[in-house]
Amino acid sequence: MAAVKYIASDKLPDWLKSLAAKSRVLVPVAEGGGVVFRPYAPGCRPVFDSDATAPPKGAVFPACQELFRYEQGKDPEDPGKPTLKLIASTEAEPTVVFGAKPCGARGFLIFDRVYIGKKFPDPYYIAAREATVFVTMACAAANVENTCFCHWVGSGPADGSGSDVLLTPVAGGYTAEAVTDKGAALLEDPALADGAAKADEAAAVKAAAREVLGEAPDIAASPAALLAAFDDADFWRDQSDKCVSCGACTYLCPTCYCFTITDEPKGMSGRRMRSWDACMHFQFTLEASGHNPRPTKAHRLKNRVGHKFSYYPTLHDGLVACCGCGRCIKSCPVSVDIREIVQNAVARAKG
Amino acid sequence: MTDPFNPYLPEVATILETVQETHNIKTFRVRFDDEAKMAAFKFEPGQVGQLSAPGIGESTFVINSPPTRMDYLQFSVMRAGEVTTMLHGLNAGDKVGVRAPLGNCFPYEAMKGKNIVFVGGGIGMAPLRTLFLYMLDNRADYGDITLLYGARSPADMAFSAELPEWTSRADVNTTLTIDREADGWAHKVGLIPNVLLELAPKPENTVAVTCGPPIMIKFTLEALKKLGFEDDQIVTTLEKRMKCGIGICGRCNIGSSYVCVDGPVYTYAQLKALPNEL
Ligand SMILES: Cc1cc2nc3c(=O)[nH]c(=O)nc-3n(C[C@H](O)[C@H](O)[C@H](O)COP(=O)(O)OP(=O)(O)OC[C@H]3O[C@@H](n4cnc5c(N)ncnc54)[C@H](O)[C@@H]3O)c2cc1C
Ligand code: SF4
Ligand code: SF4
Ligand code: FES
Repeated sequence: MAAVKYIASDKLPDWLKSLAAKSRVLVPVAEGGGVVFRPYAPGCRPVFDSDATAPPKGAVFPACQELFRYEQGKDPEDPGKPTLKLIASTEAEPTVVFGAKPCGARGFLIFDRVYIGKKFPDPYYIAAREATVFVTMACAAANVENTCFCHWVGSGPADGSGSDVLLTPVAGGYTAEAVTDKGAALLEDPALADGAAKADEAAAVKAAAREVLGEAPDIAASPAALLAAFDDADFWRDQSDKCVSCGACTYLCPTCYCFTITDEPKGMSGRRMRSWDACMHFQFTLEASGHNPRPTKAHRLKNRVGHKFSYYPTLHDGLVACCGCGRCIKSCPVSVDIREIVQNAVARAKG
Repeated sequence: MTDPFNPYLPEVATILETVQETHNIKTFRVRFDDEAKMAAFKFEPGQVGQLSAPGIGESTFVINSPPTRMDYLQFSVMRAGEVTTMLHGLNAGDKVGVRAPLGNCFPYEAMKGKNIVFVGGGIGMAPLRTLFLYMLDNRADYGDITLLYGARSPADMAFSAELPEWTSRADVNTTLTIDREADGWAHKVGLIPNVLLELAPKPENTVAVTCGPPIMIKFTLEALKKLGFEDDQIVTTLEKRMKCGIGICGRCNIGSSYVCVDGPVYTYAQLKALPNEL
């Protein structure tokens, strides 16, 4: 492991400025009553002491993205013949996501397994993922909220997986540890000093945050338990009773990766776009015949929880497709709590 | 420099010919503009494609011409909603996009030496057509071939130009049926599952392949069970709503099975092992 570095709080703007000179830097800023990731500009005040309302998902997977442009025309030799040209670019802008919490960055580990698949690797995702560096901020004890449950799903407040650099808040500034080579390169900046003297303090901060989370319940049985509950309509009606199918839980989730594809015509040219979509909506699985395999909110919530805690882990070596960030719990207008649903399913299976 | 393969980028193709099959089904015969890509194109019976037109969008359709006949790729489109309605406006000479092949295929290798019973209803005949013609083109590899194809009325029967050949060939047993009596109809009248029970194909060394509207499938499965077919002797192809067709967009799952890559072809035994969410 590379040596621990340290950056004083008052040097942080220097580092951000030098990063922003080379690439787009996205930082969490207060906006409209929440905290969202926006491009860094000198003078902007990043919010590092609370988790962002929306994760940095859009940095790699934009809410709306062009797949290609098309141009229709007429063959100059034979005007009766239409022509069609498709122009695609998978290029991605070099980006640093600075100050996401571990759960926000970890979401991409779940994406990676799907988008960097063997048969059909997604060139847009791969380009953006490779162009993006994550400088993640470990949570201090004071940042841990009662909706946090990262420790249930193999993560934690100092989890560096999915990140390139891990910062830890200490008195007067932050320690910085490289997680990847890409991250180590970022730490070669004059704004950073040696942090060996701060290493113990950083370790104590991490341990204290972990301590606040307490013990995690055992949810190893959740894949089988959720499958066992699949046909229990009463169970799912109870779990989804309050849900209003708004989809907020999916849009704010760092691991929800579903999308739709639509065309955006403009005269003889236009674009094919992909945009975030959500399995909590009725239309998501509605078929042409009018048949819908998931006609009720109970079916849809079952899929959302089932995918994260059963189907995905079954396909991907037990990796849970939830990083325990608690955003879906905090942002749900009616307080649907995914932790309760998983625990209820596990309890139901035990009988 | 060659870009990495982009699974979202269609091949540009030209419509060579269209056939208005019924009032709501139109067939498109297309070839890629890039002749080298057309020559190199390979697929297996049962695989699908995303057919699109610029500004209209994409939808999933089975390639219903067999890989043994590569003059063109054929898609038959039933008007169902926005995209399919606009696709119906396209004619010979128009440009389309094709992303194919996608999904798995019928187990046509494992079916060799077996008797085959096709049971198709309405537009569900499209995927069966691919395999049926493939088998006719490799006739010696398969045992008895029975085709039961039904539609609501004679006017709703797609592929009508081919039906005289299908019904007169000596090496297949073709039965056509419609739901209710109609003037000039020389074939069966009756619902597909009932006609199937009447035909009573023997399950020994036989595979049944069925596709059609959900209600027809339901009763066809019951009929096949009654005739003694085991779950793994029944093959069907599913129609789930799809977008990406490559296992990423998350739309088409039944539990942990993604219909666009793990399907659309499943045996009834495989479907029974999945969560009950058809
Ligand atoms: C594997 C597979 C093979 C298919 N093969 C054929 C075929 O050979 N011929 C044929 O006519 N049809 C086929 N279909 C069905 C066809 O894809 C849909 O009828 C078509 O996508 C409807 O699109 P639309 O835009 O006209 O409808 P929309 O305007 O989008 O919507 C109308 C209705 O269609 C639903 N819908 C949209 N996309 C799909 C979809 N991909 N599948 C099912 N429902 C959808 C919508 O939810 C809505 O209820 C196949 C579907 C699948 C999944
Ligand atoms: S499901 Fe909820 S807790 Fe889990 S990653 Fe998504 S938003 Fe966070
Ligand atoms: S945020 Fe809450 S109400 Fe909205 S779809 Fe999700 S669970 Fe349902
Ligand atoms: S259609 Fe996108 S995952 Fe199957």
